[in-house]
Parts: sequence; structure tokens; C-alpha cells
Amino acid sequence: MAVLVDLTKCIGCESCSVACKLWNKLPYGKEKSRRQKEKDLNDDNWTVIQEKHVEGENGKAYTRFVKKQCLHCLEPSCASACFSKALRVDPDTHAVVYVPELCVGCRYCMIACPFEIPRYQWDEPLPLVTKCEFCVGRLKDGDAPACVSACPTGALVYGERDALIARAHEIIAANPHYVDYVYGEKELGGTQWLYISDQPFEKLGFKMGLEEIPPSTYTHAYLSKVPFLAAAWGLFLAGMSYYHHRRAKNEKKPPEKKEEGDGRI
Amino acid sequence: MKIKLPQMYRCYRILGWDFTITPARVVLLLLVAFMGCVALTRLLTGFRYITNLTDETPWGLWISFDVLCGVALAGGGYSTALLVGGFKYQKYGVVARSALLTSLLGYLLVMAGLFLDIGLWPHFWRPFVSWGYTSVLFEVFWCISIYTTILTLEFHEVITERMFKFLHPYVLKALPFLVIIGLIFPMMHQSSLGGLFLIAKSKMFPLWWSPLLPLYFLISSFFVGSAMVCVESDLARRNYAHRIDPHIMLQLTRVGGRIMLVYLALKLIDVTRQGQWGLVFQGSMQSNLYLLEMVGGILVPLFIIFSPLAHRKYGVLVYSWLVVAGVVLNRMNCVFTAMYKSGDYFPSPFEFAVSIGLVSIGCLAYGIIVENFNVLGSRRVTQHHILQKTDLL
Ligand code: SF4
Ligand code: SF4
Ligand code: SF4
Repeated sequence: MAVLVDLTKCIGCESCSVACKLWNKLPYGKEKSRRQKEKDLNDDNWTVIQEKHVEGENGKAYTRFVKKQCLHCLEPSCASACFSKALRVDPDTHAVVYVPELCVGCRYCMIACPFEIPRYQWDEPLPLVTKCEFCVGRLKDGDAPACVSACPTGALVYGERDALIARAHEIIAANPHYVDYVYGEKELGGTQWLYISDQPFEKLGFKMGLEEIPPSTYTHAYLSKVPFLAAAWGLFLAGMSYYHHRRAKNEKKPPEKKEEGDGRI
Repeated sequence: MKIKLPQMYRCYRILGWDFTITPARVVLLLLVAFMGCVALTRLLTGFRYITNLTDETPWGLWISFDVLCGVALAGGGYSTALLVGGFKYQKYGVVARSALLTSLLGYLLVMAGLFLDIGLWPHFWRPFVSWGYTSVLFEVFWCISIYTTILTLEFHEVITERMFKFLHPYVLKALPFLVIIGLIFPMMHQSSLGGLFLIAKSKMFPLWWSPLLPLYFLISSFFVGSAMVCVESDLARRNYAHRIDPHIMLQLTRVGGRIMLVYLALKLIDVTRQGQWGLVFQGSMQSNLYLLEMVGGILVPLFIIFSPLAHRKYGVLVYSWLVVAGVVLNRMNCVFTAMYKSGDYFPSPFEFAVSIGLVSIGCLAYGIIVENFNVLGSRRVTQHHILQKTDLL
């Protein structure tokens, strides 16, 4: 499933972020020890609306509101990086969800996520990783995510990914003032949250120039070689050891006096 | 029984075990005590007061220094074991036991550092049951755990010479297998530590990202291993008057040096292939630190070790310290310089206190162990300023 965000329609009313807090029972207005340069995601804000001021090509100033949350990558780096399967892809909805009981708190997912989405509970004694979980419970019941349901302007649309991509391209084709780009269609193997905009994405804080292959490709390429290399290396060492053993046996000379620390480790 | 010594130098013999107190050890003990308090606070209160970590900079000094550098520097054990056990360069056997001990202590401290760094420490065992096998960290976690166990078993060769003597023959029998297994796992996780960064390609400064990262980490852990053995035997010489033939040291470090040439060649090819020479001489902070790492940690040491300078009194030692510093800088660069915006993170005093405290534990444990077991040469050793002051020992 997927969500299409039409940035031209967002009026910055914050209904979505309020809905997210209500649905996920996240606290409001807690003082945080970690200061942030601008309004951004944190352990209580799984989604935020960032206000961006852009100077248009005609010299006019525009204000755009950009909703930020987990993009729910099709091939999520965070889930691939999690060594205890605490972050994982929900098989029914393909949402990227978190199982706190399994998390160790290594924060490798935060290093791995290319969009810097997962946030940590820095002020808790036993902190958890937090991020938007696509309201997975609602999706399973066939509902749209809380934020999408709350959006009064239709800036957020929930549906099948392929259908939404087709729709995005239709919108772009029909309205020349849109940038001809669907953010999330190809980025790092594709994401389930898609964006269209009338202002250049790079000016709105989007990370551009990302590859089309998911980052986990590199990990898989490496990890799939490891067992063979390890086995080959082990056989080689065993062979060496056997060879030395035989050679020592075949030498007629009495064995040399052993020195201390004679190399048996 | 207490042996009276002037000033602070004391040696206590309790039930046949020697405990030596020197001024340096008192300082180390204080550092460890402070670290203990910090660590306890960290475990009870989380990261808020103790660390400067943030959402933008989730990994800090503990991962970069205690874990990444710790594992690399503890590579001395496997690189020596490879030369002695795998390729039968028996002459390097003189350093094998002390290299093994440093590695063992190194890995135990890495485990301690990791434990302090994970947020949900009561959950530390979860990956043993919930297998996130797509993660490089999963492999690192398993390999480090297994390897630390194997190192501990291998070290029982030394322990059973003094305690539990009846086990000694069995340990000797098991050793050849342990050595082989103990050579597979370190190769795997040394390279996998580099593999950890493969997934962060889009976040890293390109000079530090390469599909060859695992190979780089593996090779550098190998050559820093022999450099560490050299640094460590120099320290042992200062404290215990335990001399290792400088010729052997030179040869051992030259083996490392040759491997380092391979590293340099790979890096040069890689930078050329990825067309990054512009980045190298860009003049930014990243490129300058890259140059510092490559020139100070690779080119200069290589020049020293393969030129007549190596035969000077401190040649090999300077080489070794430079290599160690270079590898430490490389690991730090991979995390901080390559991934974080400058000024976003600087370790808090408490983070330093923990890292320093862990190293202090290592030094103290090393001292106590070599003074009670046959690690350096053929006998237990005693600090030589104590030998000078008393003829009792
Ligand atoms: S955006 Fe980041 S946190 Fe969300 S699924 Fe992708 S990798 Fe995971
Ligand atoms: S912090 Fe938790 S969720 Fe993230 S990678 Fe580590 S174990 Fe997985
Ligand atoms: S999908 Fe749900 S969890 Fe995610 S931002 Fe929207 S309301 Fe919040």
C-alpha cells in the first residue's frame, strides 16, 4: 500500500501530526534534552510538518509545507540492518514495523536509514527506537493511516502503490507547474510514501541523487560471499596444518628443543 | 605476607598470587573506579546525562573507539597466530603468548564497551534467538562472541600451567582445532566491521565508502596487529625488562608492511577507478583528514619500515605508533568525518572517562596476568623497579 503526498495541496494545518499523536498515544510538549535546529522528528513526533521558504524562478517567495515521516521503503535499509529483527516488514501490509521486545538498542538502524528517520528515546533509562509504523493496525483493518484520514485538503491520498504512481504522473502531465518527478518512485528501490511538488525537491529538503538500487544490495553482495570465503579459508588452514603435521612427522631428525611460547596459540 | 618497599612500590603476595602496586597503577585504579561510577549511571539513567549522542549522531566514541578501534587493535592475536600457527613462522612464536593475551583482553573490553553502548542492555542476548541474518551486525555479533570464547579457551593453555593443572593435556590436544577456528572468525568479523558501513553508502563521504570496505578493514587489522604487538612488547620491555630480539620485531613488522603495500595499492586503484582524486585534494576538512590518514598512517610508516631508518633505535617503534594512530584515525573517520556534519558531535567528558577507564582495565589486567602466569618469556615477571629495590622476588 502507499500514500501519495501532493505538496501543493498541503496548507500546514497539522491535522495529520495531531492525528498521529492521538492514534499512537504519543505525549505532547515534553521538554527534550537534545536540541534540534528546526522542527524535526523526535521520539514523540513520528511525523512533522516542516515549513520551507522557497524562492521561485520568477523571484517570488513561496511557502511550502513538507510532511516528514518514515517513507516505508520497499527494501528498507533499517530492517535489513537490524540484527535482531526488531525492525521488520509486516507481511500483509508491507509497512515497516518495530517490535520493541526484540530491540537491543544498537542504533544501527539509525545509521542505516538513508533518510535519517528512526529516532531514539535519548531521555529514557531504557530507550526504544521510534518511527512511523504506517498505522499498521489501521491498515490491517482496511482503513487509511490516521494522518491520511485526518487530512482536510486531500494532500494525502492512500491507495495501491502502482495506482498512485500512475495517478501522480497523470497529475503532473495535466498541470505544467508541477515538477516532473515523483519522489519515492525509484529512490533506493522505491518507497511507499510518494511525493509530488511544484517546487524543486532539493529546495524542500529532499535528498536528491539517490541510487535506484536499495542500499541492502551491497550488504547482500558481501554477506552472500562470506560463508564460501570462510569455508575455503578454513579448509586452507586445515590443509596447512595437516601439511605441517605430516612434515614434522616425516622429518627423521629429533624434534628441536621447544622454545617457550613456541607458537602454539 | 607483605614485602616492605620504599615509597609507593609494593608487592603483596596473597595465597601465592602477586599483586603489585605502583604509582601508575594507583592512577589507573582511580580511573577505573571513576569509569565504574559513570558506567553504572549510564546503565541506570540511559544516555541523557552521560553522552552527547543525538538522533543525527547515533554512534559516538564508544562505538568508534572502544569497538571499531578495539577490535582492530586486538588483531595482533590473530595476525600473529596466522603467521605462527598457520604458516609456521616459528621464530615469531616468542610474541605469540603476549599477543594472545592482548587480544583476549582487547575483545573482553570490546564486549564491555558494546554492552555499555546498547540502549536496552537487558536485551543484549536477543540476537542469539531472533536472527536478523540480513544484517552485517548480526555476523559481527556472533563472530565476536564466538571468537572471544575461543580466545579464552586458547588462553587456558597458559592458565592451566598454573591452575587446574589436570586440564592442561586436554587443552593442548584441543589447541590445533582452536587455532584453526580461531583464525576463521577474526577474519570474518574484522572484514564485517567494514561491511557495517556498506549500507550507509548514501550518507558517507565517498572517500571512505567503497565496495571494498570489508577488505580494507581486514587488511588494516592485519597490519595494525603486528604494529600493536611491537608497541606492546616495547611497553613490556620498559616495565619488565623483557627483551625481544629487535631483528625479529623488524621482520614481523615488515610482514605487516608488505601487507600495507597491498592496502595502499588497493586504495590507489579504488580512488582512481571511482574518479575521486578531485575529492582527495579538495581542501575540505574531510579531504584533509583523508590525506592525514593516508600520508601519516600509511605512506610515512611505509617509508620508515622499508628504508634504513628502520634500523635506527626507534625506527620500528615510530612506525608502529604511526600505524596504530593511522588505523585509529581511519576508524574514527569512517564514523565521524564521513557521516556527521562537523560540529554535530563531540564526546562528553563522561564518554571519554568510560573509554579511558576501559583501556585502564586492560592495562591493569595485563600487568596482573603477566606477573602471575608465563606470558612473557619463560617465567612470571616482576616490574624491574621492584626487582631493583628488593631481592626477595
Ligand atoms: S525511510 Fe528509513 S526508517 Fe523508513 S523504511 Fe526506509 S530505511 Fe526504514
Ligand atoms: S536499535 Fe533496535 S531496531 Fe535498531 S537495529 Fe538495533 S536492535 Fe534493531
Ligand atoms: S502513518 Fe500513522 S504513524 Fe505514520 S505518520 Fe501517519 S499517523 Fe503517524
